[in-house]
Amino acid sequence: MKMGTSTERRLLSPSMKMADLMNLRFSLLGVLTRMGIPFGFGDETVEEICHRHGADPDTFLLICSVYAFDGYIPTKERLEKADLKEVLRYLRLSHAYYMDVALKELATALENLIEPCGENQKRIIWKFFSEYKDELAKHFEYEEKTVFPHAEAVLRKGSDRTFTIGEYEENHSNVEEKLEDLKNLVMKYMPAVCDQQDIFKALFYVFSLETDLEKHTVVENDILVPIVNRLENHE
Amino acid sequence: MSKRVFIIVPSTIVARGLEQIFHDLGEFEVGGILSDLSGSGVVQLRNMDPDVVIVDPSIFDHSSRGNARVTLAEYTSAAVLAIVGSLWDEESLKQYDGVLSLYDVPTTVIRKVRAALEGHGDAPRSEGEELSAREKEILVCVAKGMLNKEIADQENISIYTVITHRKNITRKTGIKTVAGLTVYALLNNLIDINTIE
Repeated sequence: MKMGTSTERRLLSPSMKMADLMNLRFSLLGVLTRMGIPFGFGDETVEEICHRHGADPDTFLLICSVYAFDGYIPTKERLEKADLKEVLRYLRLSHAYYMDVALKELATALENLIEPCGENQKRIIWKFFSEYKDELAKHFEYEEKTVFPHAEAVLRKGSDRTFTIGEYEENHSNVEEKLEDLKNLVMKYMPAVCDQQDIFKALFYVFSLETDLEKHTVVENDILVPIVNRLENHE
Repeated sequence: MSKRVFIIVPSTIVARGLEQIFHDLGEFEVGGILSDLSGSGVVQLRNMDPDVVIVDPSIFDHSSRGNARVTLAEYTSAAVLAIVGSLWDEESLKQYDGVLSLYDVPTTVIRKVRAALEGHGDAPRSEGEELSAREKEILVCVAKGMLNKEIADQENISIYTVITHRKNITRKTGIKTVAGLTVYALLNNLIDINTIE
C-alpha cells in the first residue's frame, strides 16, 4: 500500500505498530475490542493484525483517527478508501457494546451508589436512568432498522429511494442532554449518605460513555453520512 | 460590549437598512438576520440568545399574529420590537416591548430600542449561583410537569419571564431536561414524590 504524505497519514499509518497506535489514547482500546481484534498483538503492525482478523486497515485507521484526534474531519481521499460495510459493522458492534456492556456497568455503579438513599430518591433516580436507557435504545433501533439497511441498499444499488441519508436527522440532542444531566446530578447533588468512591465510580462510567458516544456521533455524521451521500449521488 | 440585535423581516432592504443604522451608531450590533421563523432559523435565534429582537409582524399569519410575542418568547428572552411600515392594528402591537416605524430616523430607532430594553426589566437577570426563592417555585412547577403557559397563568407572570427563570435555573444547576430537574427538585427536598407521580 502506498502511503499518503499528509501529516495525519504519517501519524496513523497501516505500517505503525498496533501497540503504538493504542498508546495514543485510552479510548482507542474500545475501537479495537469492538472490531473483534484481540490483545496479545506483540509488535505487529496495524496492517498485519487487521488482515489476520478480517478487518479493513483503512477503515479501522479512519475510525481510530476520530477517537485519537478531537475535531478530526476525514479527508475526501480517506473517505473514498473506507469500506462502508466495515463502517456499518463497527457502528452495529458499538451499539451492542453501549447497550450490553457500557450501560450495564453504569447501571451497576448507579445501583450501588443509590443503595443508601431513601426509597423515593432511589426510585426517581432509577426512573431517570431507565428513561435515558430507553431513549438511547430507541435511537439505536431507528438507526439499525432504517438508516443502516438503507446504506446497505445503496451499496447494492438497490435502494428504493423511500429514504435518503439526508433525512437522517442526527438528533442525539435529547439523549445527550439526559446523560449530561445524570452527570451533574451525580456529581453535584447526591445526598451525603452516598459513598464517595461510589460517586466516583458512577461518574467514571458516565464520563467514559459520554466521550465514547460523542466520537460515535462523529463516526456517523462525518464518515457514514458522507460515504452514503456520495454513493446515492452516483447511483 | 455592544448589545446584540436579531432581525426577522422578510425585506432584505429593511434588514440591511437596520443593520446599517446599528453599524453607524454603535451600541448595538446585528447578530443575525432571518426572513421568517422557519426551521433552522428558530434554532439560530435560540442559540444566539440576543438582547433585542426586531420583527416584522407580517411574518406571522393572521391567526397567530395576536400570539406573536408569546411565540417568540419560546425561543428567546430578548426584548422584542415590532417594525411596521403602514397602519397596523394597534391592539396587536401592544404585546411588543416597542414599535419601530419604517419612517423613524436612525436616532429614534436607537432611542426606541434602548427604551424597549429598559422596559423589559421584567426579565429577571438572576446573578449568583444559588437558586432564588422565586426560581425554586418555578422549578417545582416544572418538576410537576407544568407547561410554560400554565406556570405563567398560575404565578401571574408573563410567559417570557417563566422562560428566563427556566434558563437561569438550568444555568445554575447544570440540569437541562425536565426529567433531570424533577430529580434535582426531589434530591433537594423541594417536592414530595407524591405530587409528581
